[in-house]
Amino acid sequence: MRAERSPLLTAGAAIVAGFGALLLGLLIAGYDPLLAVGALWRGAFGSRDALISATLVRAVPLIVLGLAVAVAFRAGALNIGGEGQFYAGAIAATWMGMHLGGWPAPFAITAVWLVATVAGAGWIAFAVLLKLRFGVLEVISTLLLNFVAEAAVSYAVTGPLQEAQRVYPQSEPIAEVARLPLLPGSRLHSGILLALVLAALLWLILTRTVWGFRLRAVGLGPRAAWVSGRISPQRVTGFALLWSGALAGLAGGLEVSGVSYSLYQNLSPGYGFTAIAVALLARLHPLAIVATGVLFGGLEAGAQGMQREAGVPAVTVAAAEAVIIITVLLADVLARRQVRSRVDTLERESA
Amino acid sequence: MNDVAVILAGFVAATVRISTPLLLAATGELVAERAGVINLGVEGAMLAGALASAMGAATAGPWAGVLAAVGAGLLVAACFSAVAIAARADQIITGTAITLGTIGLTGAIYRSAFGAAGPGLSIPTFAALPVPGLRQIPLLGPALFEQSALTYLGWILVPLASWFLFRSWWGLALRASGESAEAARANGVPVRRLQILATLCGGALAGLGGATLVLAQVGTFAEKMTAGRGFIAIAIVVLGRWHPRGVLAAALLFGAASALQFALQAMGLSAPYQLFLGLPYLIALLALAGAVGKGRARAPAGLGR
Repeated sequence: MRAERSPLLTAGAAIVAGFGALLLGLLIAGYDPLLAVGALWRGAFGSRDALISATLVRAVPLIVLGLAVAVAFRAGALNIGGEGQFYAGAIAATWMGMHLGGWPAPFAITAVWLVATVAGAGWIAFAVLLKLRFGVLEVISTLLLNFVAEAAVSYAVTGPLQEAQRVYPQSEPIAEVARLPLLPGSRLHSGILLALVLAALLWLILTRTVWGFRLRAVGLGPRAAWVSGRISPQRVTGFALLWSGALAGLAGGLEVSGVSYSLYQNLSPGYGFTAIAVALLARLHPLAIVATGVLFGGLEAGAQGMQREAGVPAVTVAAAEAVIIITVLLADVLARRQVRSRVDTLERESA
Repeated sequence: MNDVAVILAGFVAATVRISTPLLLAATGELVAERAGVINLGVEGAMLAGALASAMGAATAGPWAGVLAAVGAGLLVAACFSAVAIAARADQIITGTAITLGTIGLTGAIYRSAFGAAGPGLSIPTFAALPVPGLRQIPLLGPALFEQSALTYLGWILVPLASWFLFRSWWGLALRASGESAEAARANGVPVRRLQILATLCGGALAGLGGATLVLAQVGTFAEKMTAGRGFIAIAIVVLGRWHPRGVLAAALLFGAASALQFALQAMGLSAPYQLFLGLPYLIALLALAGAVGKGRARAPAGLGR
């Protein structure tokens, strides 16, 4: 019965392994691990300000991107291009935000979110087309589109969207009306509410609707789904990827309208990849993604603290994220093996 | 007229120089994919190779850098093999995670070894090694045969890989493992072991590709400097239809796409440089559609399983 061990145990083991790897990595690279981890903690959860203005602010894009990863992965499609769709959304949101001066705020914010969502879906649509029409693996196409998106951002902020003085490689700030209200005395924006609503919505859709059932069926076994005669795996996968891209684009729109107010390169410190860890650690469960999103938001925020206080480059936490992903994968393998050996025993007994 | 010749020669030389790291990494990935393993960790292996080569070259000269790079590539591929082949976890996600982890680790090691905002690190690099005789060929001679030793190594690997994959018993066993592991195993082929060896070979070559990038092209290391070249290498394998000669042609195509930037500049034409930043990836996408779509290319049947 050990195969049905609690997902919490796996998650716990993965986090411990991730931290162990981080300590080891710091030691190998020649830093003081204890100083660094202390700084990480203070930067992430050490104070009310760190928690709200740093960790939760970073949790918002991670939750929404994590949901994006989960929608695709649940359908058995691997969207590794969250980063690119995030940037597509951010570019569109910035452009929209710069051009709606006189609008009433609710309309302005809705417009910004809408174009970001459409841009994210549009960005992944290219990969969907390549997959359905030409059979190109979505893994490779979404991955390659990340680099195209980064080039597009670089072009936008030195070309069409560049600030009026044309000195800095960043866009003009978006209009005041397009900016999200903040929690008083903090940098936390109201986009976090949207992230929570989206998580709940996705959970309802996946567990309570026909669409969600089809999606999960295709993810579990496309052949079985196809043989049933009621599900077209191609259609379902295509739509799952489009929704995944839409969510990732929205994450980019949220970041622009709630945090940065303008576009620049490296707006995302690799959120699109961290989101894969967020989603996998949550076992692709939308509600659990809220928790893992906050956890990884803390890791990202703590990484900044680590860089400030201990001189450890923030990018180091990517190593911990990698170990967390791999631990979850290995736990899955272990569970599968135990199921298989149980099936084997049953077969032997019945023979 | 003379100007055109100069620009053209420069274009060919740049094409070859830029394509070398891609060729090395893609040839390695080709061997792995023929054995049925798709390793998205090549990007990580390349990056690790790049950093190791910089550190090795800074301490003991460029050849030490090459050796260190191969070691680093092997190490990254060994991590991938342990998780994705020995334990049979999902190859795609494992590869992504390995690359992510390498980005983190190389960032940390680079900062602690060379200082935070250290100025462009100066390391001994490879000088061009002219091939006597062949370099005398007008126009193309200097472009093709005044390259670094690593470029020639990449070229030699093409027929070598062809011979190994299609003419040797081990190559046959390796391809059988990639097409149908079950059938290969029934014939006594040690499938898992071959896949691990093929992946390690891929990692070593990716590390070498990273070394080429540092020691024969850029001359320094920077964080995330491979910038997706490992992923391009995977696209090159598809575009080259899982064949060493095709891989060489595809690698040259990507080299040319990047070299176009310099050629246009030399001709006095200006285009936003971001166009060239994104161009290789766009070409890769379109090429993949063409290569896979017309059914001319077929991936090994057991790829990724």
